[in-house]
Amino acid sequence: MSEPLLRLSGLTRRFGGLTALEAVDFAIGPGEILGLIGPNGAGKTVCFHLISGVLKPTAGEIHLEGRRIDGLPPHRIARLGIGRTFQIVKPFARLSALENVIASQGIERYGSLARIWSSWTNARERERARRRLAEAGLAEVAPRPAGVLPLGHLRRLEIARALAAARKLLLLDESFSGLRHEEIVPLETLVRRIRAAGVSVLLIEHNMRVAMGLCDRLVVLDHGRKIAEGPAAEVRRNPAVIEAYLGRRHAADAA
Amino acid sequence: MGGYLVTLATLISIQAIAACGLNVIVGYAGQISLGHAAFFGIGAYAAALLGTQAGFSFWTALPLAVALTAGVGLLLGAPSLRVREDFLAITTIGINFIVEAVFNNVEFFGGALGIGNIPRIRAFGGPVGGAGMLALCLGFLGLVVAACAGLVRCWAGLACFALREEETAAAGIGISPVRFKLLAFVIGSAMAGLGGALYAHYMRFIGAGDFAFPLSVSMLTMVVVGGIGTLWGPVLGAALIGLLPEVFRPLIDYRMLFYTTLLLLMIRFQPGGLLGDEGLARRLLRKAIPGGRR
Ligand SMILES: Nc1ncnc2c1ncn2[C@@H]1O[C@H](COP(=O)(O)OP(=O)(O)OP(=O)(O)O)[C@@H](O)[C@H]1O
Ligand SMILES: [Mg+2]
Repeated sequence: MSEPLLRLSGLTRRFGGLTALEAVDFAIGPGEILGLIGPNGAGKTVCFHLISGVLKPTAGEIHLEGRRIDGLPPHRIARLGIGRTFQIVKPFARLSALENVIASQGIERYGSLARIWSSWTNARERERARRRLAEAGLAEVAPRPAGVLPLGHLRRLEIARALAAARKLLLLDESFSGLRHEEIVPLETLVRRIRAAGVSVLLIEHNMRVAMGLCDRLVVLDHGRKIAEGPAAEVRRNPAVIEAYLGRRHAADAA
Repeated sequence: MGGYLVTLATLISIQAIAACGLNVIVGYAGQISLGHAAFFGIGAYAAALLGTQAGFSFWTALPLAVALTAGVGLLLGAPSLRVREDFLAITTIGINFIVEAVFNNVEFFGGALGIGNIPRIRAFGGPVGGAGMLALCLGFLGLVVAACAGLVRCWAGLACFALREEETAAAGIGISPVRFKLLAFVIGSAMAGLGGALYAHYMRFIGAGDFAFPLSVSMLTMVVVGGIGTLWGPVLGAALIGLLPEVFRPLIDYRMLFYTTLLLLMIRFQPGGLLGDEGLARRLLRKAIPGGRR
């Protein structure tokens, strides 16, 4: 097998006595859409925090294209080409939606003291950001302060803002939750287009229809452990997965 | 304009320069600082010593004093900005007291006697007098406001705004929190140093007490009253805070009480400041311009 884009090995994270993630291994290939699913509290978001450097692993390693990245601070991991959204949205509240996205476009500059003194208020940056907002279905709210936008808009703003960093990998943490069907469809198109451009996507999703329709493979977490991994249709029939979902949740999600 | 008004206006523009610097730290980057007077003082002492001991002219001393203040800002900011936000208030207060104590107790800085006989600024072959000094200070204030306007439009400024709004999300788009907080702190300190250098050469006599903690509080009041994070807020704030005690003479004895009360009232009723989005001045302006946005 060729070198994966991202590899997690033996990834463990404890909070005091609570083990949120226990010796989890999986890898994402280049241009792959991988779904990370599991019941509430399974450790999915913690896994994203570890990959993006927001949290440090208690044990285990994370490699991006063979280079070890756990231990690097979040801004360095972002500059290596990993963009992410936050399940609990984190907008730059007093900046406009457009400025939120423009800020992300400075990612190639923020690391160099020489390149941060030029202006961001030019037509080229605005146009780039407008395109990204439009792709996320937010064209009409571009001038509004992010702080006044409803949650459905903020979820999509998270995606638009993550795109600039996501040169290699995009992490989506329940980006479609709370959105209506007609809002989800264009985002699915966007995710497929991102993959077509060679970017891998790792997404956390509770809506099984979306996860099945979008993902090449699924990784299932339960109580911090990986209980299944494989092609979506196979994972769906896996007894351990059905048990994890039916044990604590209603069957509706699995339908 | 009478000599008294010229003096008042000169002091206000000098304080406005320092307040603009504090606004970069507090308003743009969202980092609380309660020790800005220390950097105002470092600029003043540097200019004073270079003028008296080294015999440098104001024009030679000025860039050195500004660079030195920025350097000290870098040295003191690097460890301070790594601590949690609520500790930063305490840390900066500590910086203010330590710097004041050093000025007050170290022989090199004139000790309790301070530094006197600081030369007048000379330009065009002669000393700069009252009105000339005012023009000079207003000129520097104009430069500082222009620098702030430029900062807002460049990537460095946008990075600071993003940090101020949401640190984790900012890091997620490649912005190093420590580096950009430090950058704002150094720029703000440099502006305080510029104001301090002008102050020293204007007063021609300085003492450690001029740069004590109450001045830091009054500078923060200026920024908060005028409009935190706005371009002209610190200038408006400096003018109001500078004028009020002159209008209401009895206030002078209760300055500290007045500043802190004003600070708390503003934070409670006008958190964005007079020039902020929902500020009094903004709303009046909107009313005054017919057909303007409500
Ligand atoms: N900072 C933290 N401190 C302590 N415990 C934490 C912390 N973050 C997460 N946890 C715990 O770790 C476990 C996994 O949480 P995580 O947020 O990863 O779940 P999740 O799979 O994303 O769930 P959901 O589907 O509800 O978002 C939970 O028990 C949670 O309470
Ligand atoms: Mg989660």
